Amino acid sequence: MSGTATRAEVCVAACADAWRGDSAILASPMGLIPTLGARLARLTFAPGLLLSDGQAYLLARGPGQVLEGWLPFRDVLRLAGAGRRHVMMGASQLDRFGNQNISCIGDWRQPRAQLLGVRGAPCNTINHPTSYWVPRHSPRVFVPAVDMVSGVGYDRAAGLGPRAARFHELRVVVTNLAVLDFQTADRTMRLRSLHPGVTAGDVIAATGFPLAVPDDVPATRWPTEGELALIRGQLDPAGLRCQELA
Amino acid sequence: MTVLTPDEVAAELRSGMTIGIGGWGSRRKPMALVRAILRSELRDLTVVSYGGPDVGLLIAGGHVRRLVTGFVTLDSIPLEPHFRMARQRGGIELTEVDEQMLHWGLLAASHRLPFLPLRAGLGSDVLRVNPELRTVRSPYPDGEELVAMPALRLDVALIHMNRADPAGNGQYLGPDPYFDDLYCLAAERAFMSCERIVPTASLLESGPPQSLLINRAMVHGVAETPGGAHFTSCAPDYERDEAFQARYAVAASDPDAWPRFLAEYLAGDEASYQEAVRRLRTEPVVTQ
Repeated sequence: MSGTATRAEVCVAACADAWRGDSAILASPMGLIPTLGARLARLTFAPGLLLSDGQAYLLARGPGQVLEGWLPFRDVLRLAGAGRRHVMMGASQLDRFGNQNISCIGDWRQPRAQLLGVRGAPCNTINHPTSYWVPRHSPRVFVPAVDMVSGVGYDRAAGLGPRAARFHELRVVVTNLAVLDFQTADRTMRLRSLHPGVTAGDVIAATGFPLAVPDDVPATRWPTEGELALIRGQLDPAGLRCQELA
Repeated sequence: MTVLTPDEVAAELRSGMTIGIGGWGSRRKPMALVRAILRSELRDLTVVSYGGPDVGLLIAGGHVRRLVTGFVTLDSIPLEPHFRMARQRGGIELTEVDEQMLHWGLLAASHRLPFLPLRAGLGSDVLRVNPELRTVRSPYPDGEELVAMPALRLDVALIHMNRADPAGNGQYLGPDPYFDDLYCLAAERAFMSCERIVPTASLLESGPPQSLLINRAMVHGVAETPGGAHFTSCAPDYERDEAFQARYAVAASDPDAWPRFLAEYLAGDEASYQEAVRRLRTEPVVTQ
């Protein structure tokens, strides 16, 4: 327990917890804090995770840059198809069922803002567990309806029927304010825990759709002393993690 | 096999063709061949690419009618300015598919199949914005419904390798083959640029047999273009030229600055481009 951890460090531990229970699968974090989280998870409670260097090499657990495997893009896609992967993607828009948009804002035919494109989001979400990381929780991101469904949400998955959607699983959404999940009867987004110092009212105000809020929302856990030592001493000694929340 | 110049490769293309471009994002793109297209009168191309500055430049030059892609990015700079602006003014037709769907489309074409089934795309708006896409039901007892990704047949594929021999055997020495072999087999004809053409007997001096990704049954012409992937990465020969890419992105974002960038770097042939890049590296830094 530590009251001295920063918000960024709380987020790193919360991202790490997304991979809790995962065995020898590829962890694909996108963004710095999810990357620190995945590495922290592997150093502590999820030693089986596979992690790439961001290009085509898998790096072994432990200090140094020991190469344990080769994973070019074609094989990342293959692992996705095989379901041996849990990705944590970003989201420009996210709705209450977890439909995600990274493609464009506005009418797809002539968008107001062209973003990345759907990338691998359709493939990821229909094939293996997916979590999301949103560094700035706001009504601009958490919207009633996304403009271009890239990552598939629970309502769309249900519409495909149980067989087609049997590998679909949205695990958690970690933001700068809270951790959210979809553990409700109708699979809409629920407030799972509040980061220390954040109120449910803060999260509700920053969310552009009705959020399921249980009567008693726990606090997001503090990183342990051991985790903080790893984050500060080994994973991010330069302290870049704070910038992602700025 | 023919050894060609980049301009001779461009001369093999025709307006209206479907062109596949290898590499990924801002990584090992056949940029010298792209620059040759920029110097040409080619129009109305359909470009299939895991998109990077290749796509941005061809759009900026007015050569592209339709783009087939899952993304366009400069990697270290997430958004490609030319692609962005073209989309926002409605200046380009887009077939937006998932990365795996693009892979499957090339795989189907390379095996001369009409389509290949996959799960990716189901439930997403990729099916909404591409109403021509169909699903297919498994004929086996599972009866599963899947996306029927149509073959992405290419008229021409353009790729860049680290080494090649004059016969058209190509070698990548970097971390990732990307999908360059699939682009070649999905195409009627494929042209490969490379950093250096070496004798066949010298290929294994640089890398193991497994690095020989491209064989001469897959390509129809090879061009030696040192720096031919610039400013994208071509490890281990060179990394991405981040400073130049940043300069490109700034200019591409500013309609007033873009003509100046064109005049400085892209007005002449490949040799003058490489010379301008060299000058930029050696010129003293001016502080304002």
